Amino acid sequence: MDILRFITAGSVDDGKSTLIGRLLHDSKSIMIDQLKAIEKQSKNMEEGEIDLALLTDGLRAEREQGITIDVAYKYFSTPTRKFIIADAPGHIQYTRNMVTGASNSDLAIILIDAENGVVEQTKRHSIIAFLLGIKHIVVTVNKMDLVNYSEEVYTKIVSDYEKAAALIGIKKVTFIPISAKKGDNIVDRSQKLVWYKGETLLQYLENVKLDEDIDLENPRFPVQFVIRPQTEELRDYRGYAGKIISGIYRKNDKITVLPSGVESRIRKIEVASVEQEEAFAPQSVVLHLESDVDISRGDMIVNSGKLPQVGQDFEVVLCWMSNQSLVPGNKYLLQIGSRRVKSVVKTIEYKIDVNTMVKEPSPEQGGLNDLVRVKIKTASPIAFDSFTKLKVNGCAILIDETSNSTVAACMIQ
Amino acid sequence: MKSKHHLDFLEQLESESIHIMREVAGQFEKPAMLFSGGKDSIVMVHLALKAFRPGKFPFPLVHIDTGHNFQEALDFRDYLAKKLGEKLIVRSVEDTIKRQNLTETKGKFPSRNGLQTFTLLETIEEFGFDACLGGARRDEEKARAKERIFSVRNEFGQWDPKLQRPELWNTYNGKIHQGENVRVFPISNWTELDIWNYILREKIELPSIYFSHEREVLDYNGQLMFVNDFIKIEAGDKISKRKVRYRTVGDMTCTAAVESDATTIEDIISNIIITKTSERGQTRIDDQVSEAAMEDRKKGGYF
Repeated sequence: MDILRFITAGSVDDGKSTLIGRLLHDSKSIMIDQLKAIEKQSKNMEEGEIDLALLTDGLRAEREQGITIDVAYKYFSTPTRKFIIADAPGHIQYTRNMVTGASNSDLAIILIDAENGVVEQTKRHSIIAFLLGIKHIVVTVNKMDLVNYSEEVYTKIVSDYEKAAALIGIKKVTFIPISAKKGDNIVDRSQKLVWYKGETLLQYLENVKLDEDIDLENPRFPVQFVIRPQTEELRDYRGYAGKIISGIYRKNDKITVLPSGVESRIRKIEVASVEQEEAFAPQSVVLHLESDVDISRGDMIVNSGKLPQVGQDFEVVLCWMSNQSLVPGNKYLLQIGSRRVKSVVKTIEYKIDVNTMVKEPSPEQGGLNDLVRVKIKTASPIAFDSFTKLKVNGCAILIDETSNSTVAACMIQ
Repeated sequence: MKSKHHLDFLEQLESESIHIMREVAGQFEKPAMLFSGGKDSIVMVHLALKAFRPGKFPFPLVHIDTGHNFQEALDFRDYLAKKLGEKLIVRSVEDTIKRQNLTETKGKFPSRNGLQTFTLLETIEEFGFDACLGGARRDEEKARAKERIFSVRNEFGQWDPKLQRPELWNTYNGKIHQGENVRVFPISNWTELDIWNYILREKIELPSIYFSHEREVLDYNGQLMFVNDFIKIEAGDKISKRKVRYRTVGDMTCTAAVESDATTIEDIISNIIITKTSERGQTRIDDQVSEAAMEDRKKGGYF
């Protein structure tokens, strides 16, 4: 049993919350008291229909306004998998929330309302999923009950989406016709959509292969903390604690410490105080080196045969998340893994229209929810990979040092 | 075929939690770990052992004792801290009530849940804690489902759900201003069942209260409340001896027991798998006050 983290992209009108409610309900993950609580609030109880959308709206303001403001996390499992749903709002003013939810997702479910077909919002959600490097995209064509379960309508939407996806650069998409409200093809196979021969949504979620999503070729280990007990019997103990974000580390491997470039070998690997011959992503471990080198939090230990880039100048595509505009020349703290360095945004190359992917060259500034490509210079070198090649070491955040807020999600190009 | 370089779901959750704890150790000057002697905080301690041994924990264990805690949980709290040789700080709500002239909650089941916040904030101030690790899970309650893993609180400990920092990838921003502090929830992504499965796999020791035992309880609309000095017994109350266990361990005044014959972790897990009621719904009186009970408490500085 492993974990699949996915995001659902769509708005309330597309039936997103109903879809999540349906997944939880039909997989028997909702408890009686929770069901009773939403029955009380459901408006259409006389029709015998529970408003499953109420399950996901956690905050008072969300229930009052009938909208999703922030990312909510929901959990369910089946005998084969544990699922973590990042339920993010779909409207354009919440782009940053979708980016947040997408950043930790292996898979994106993109909802299309069968009555409306591919709309601007569909494209925006697909662009965000693509830019955030989500490898598995499944398009659910919802509300099939409202179009008489018509194969023709479905086929038209599939072909429209495929055209849009090709323009964005998305290579592989899975399509499933569903009705979240009626429960068609969510957990149980639809009796109405007999022309559809593929998997139901839950079958797809249970079967999609995730093993290859973790990179085991490029060892990266950001040091989080140095363990030095300094007791009588452990006087010389010096272990580097961290999580292997990619790759495999073996005893005696030749390693390089970055950004200093000092070389050494792995003397010992411990996983929860037990010595191991090797360890791999995403394990949290303690590494010991043969030579006494100066290593502290923020350094990265990598395999000498598989070096990342090390530098101070690079380009990133970022999603701006603050009300205060991004203006070239602004300085921020850049955090990549456990390393924080001062940085300056030198220039904004272009802004990406999040609905069309069209590039607007050299905008004067970046605003809330904008996706822009910028040039960044850091005060000292960082070790990084390109986001598209090795996501886990190509992502960073910008922090405003005066407000301490996280103001941008960066994907290093 | 799964490759040998593969973690199952519990190993993945474990590694994620250890990573978060080490981020706290790396980013903060004066962190603390809240520890009550309940199952979630016992799992937290177990994870901290994996994160920091052979070193000492880079934080003390802190318990805010409401005065309404179960003796079994308090005994276990002291036993575990002593066994591990880790520092334990206990601060009492009783003292805060006296010092600040606070008014006790009234009613049949007078909960000190709200008052607990005062002691927590006092303790944070007394020691200058800049981060508090807590064992809350997102599956427990819908306001918790919205909270970040690093949850920044203002100087009054308040949570503002609309002003949360975006939390991207596994990159945690723990930068704060003087006086603010961060509540950190390393087991956010664990469910109740994950916790029990982990306890089983890791053979983690628990207080006896989690297993079936005989206890005098008051049947209050189906909720089995332990008969103790802090709740008001009235004429007509149905009191009987029942075989029960606790599914969660909070205050005696607001935590209900469940009828059960489960004497092993395996029994408990099969109980939970077939149960039809949520953890907090079945055992917590305090969340049933209103639709947004937890959201309101968090906005007021609660964990």
